[in-house]
Amino acid sequence: MSNFQYLSASALDEAAAKLKGAQDGALLAGGMTLLPSIKLGLSDPSDVVDLAGISDLAGISVKGGSVTIGAMTRHADVAGSSDVAKAIPALAALAGGIGDQQVRNRGTIGGSIANNDPAADYPAACLALGATITTDSRSISAEDFFTGLFETALGEGEIIKSVSFPTAEKTAYQKFTSPASRYALVGVFVAVGSDGVRVAVTGCGQGGVYRESGLEAALGGDFSAGALDGQTVSGDNLMSDIHAAADYRAHLIVEMAKRAVAACG
Amino acid sequence: MTTVSMTVNGEAVSADAQPDTLLSEFIRETLDLTGTHVGCDTSQCGACVVLVNGDSAKSCTMLAVQAEGADITTIEGLATNGELHPMQKAFHENHALQCGFCTPGMMISAIDLVTKNPDASEAEIRHGLEGNICRCTGYHNIVKAVSAAAAEMKG
Repeated sequence: MSNFQYLSASALDEAAAKLKGAQDGALLAGGMTLLPSIKLGLSDPSDVVDLAGISDLAGISVKGGSVTIGAMTRHADVAGSSDVAKAIPALAALAGGIGDQQVRNRGTIGGSIANNDPAADYPAACLALGATITTDSRSISAEDFFTGLFETALGEGEIIKSVSFPTAEKTAYQKFTSPASRYALVGVFVAVGSDGVRVAVTGCGQGGVYRESGLEAALGGDFSAGALDGQTVSGDNLMSDIHAAADYRAHLIVEMAKRAVAACG
Repeated sequence: MTTVSMTVNGEAVSADAQPDTLLSEFIRETLDLTGTHVGCDTSQCGACVVLVNGDSAKSCTMLAVQAEGADITTIEGLATNGELHPMQKAFHENHALQCGFCTPGMMISAIDLVTKNPDASEAEIRHGLEGNICRCTGYHNIVKAVSAAAAEMKG
């Protein structure tokens, strides 16, 4: 399918050095996007640097009001973590709804956010909870991290180490999936935290994940599904494709937000 | 070319592979274990699912080199001494296959599911098998078979 060179690494600096030494290198995390992209000819790296051998990139720790998840932690491990389920229930539920079981057994949080697919689930959790992404050189807030469709603030050769999610008083994620791909046609993550209500939307924005400030304002005064009755969202900056038109997505955003608020209890 | 070593159905194997050789190709073409099917080759259909260290994975979306040192189970590794695995027996008894193309991947995914969740409800079985497509649409009996096998495997 391709003529890349496969390189393994057992430490982060080794992976960074191998990536730097490559003419057109790509990092391999779970491979759930990279490998299909190579097979389809959408990606043709000269070298593939596998991060799987770096054991300290995987793992979950909950302390001091935050949940920190190593970049190579698989979706299945987040979904199955009783610590995550206790600290941020919606995050565990979100991970358990990504793709299918086989994708969850291989796909990683670092790979997902680095790819920043506009219909991916994790970016919504990052933005709604105000997560911090730690790389091998710096920390980046979720607000600054997701910069556009399949675009992030990551620099050349920069590698994600972990993602820290502050816990929140209430969280819920609701998505309306494409029945074929199970990607979010519309996904809404609602969080009530120290800085109020945040509503992050995935699957819709022409620039990828974003916060729906109108719904946040409506919920700020009255946190109830009823507070969203009559609320509308503009379809002007939403995607239209064969799966759903922008105005349909706009309608679903409000509906998914209502369901998420109701699920917050 | 690089040499890849892994355990497949309990046996140590070692063979050459290109960096871009898929695990599904390695299993079917190098090891000649053609029970693992390749349907869509785009990680949608699940016909190619094998167990990798006990977790189900789509072998068309894994490089053979990523399975270095891994413990792999394919459909050929389920029966022991001519005795069908409870999942195979349940598929047979519940008529859970029609054309049979999806069956190897379906059974491997089902084994992953009931091993981790022996009391899986019908809804949990349906959710757990979302990554496996049966184009004969024979899902009803597949779900019945998985429930029956789960009960049998619990003993």
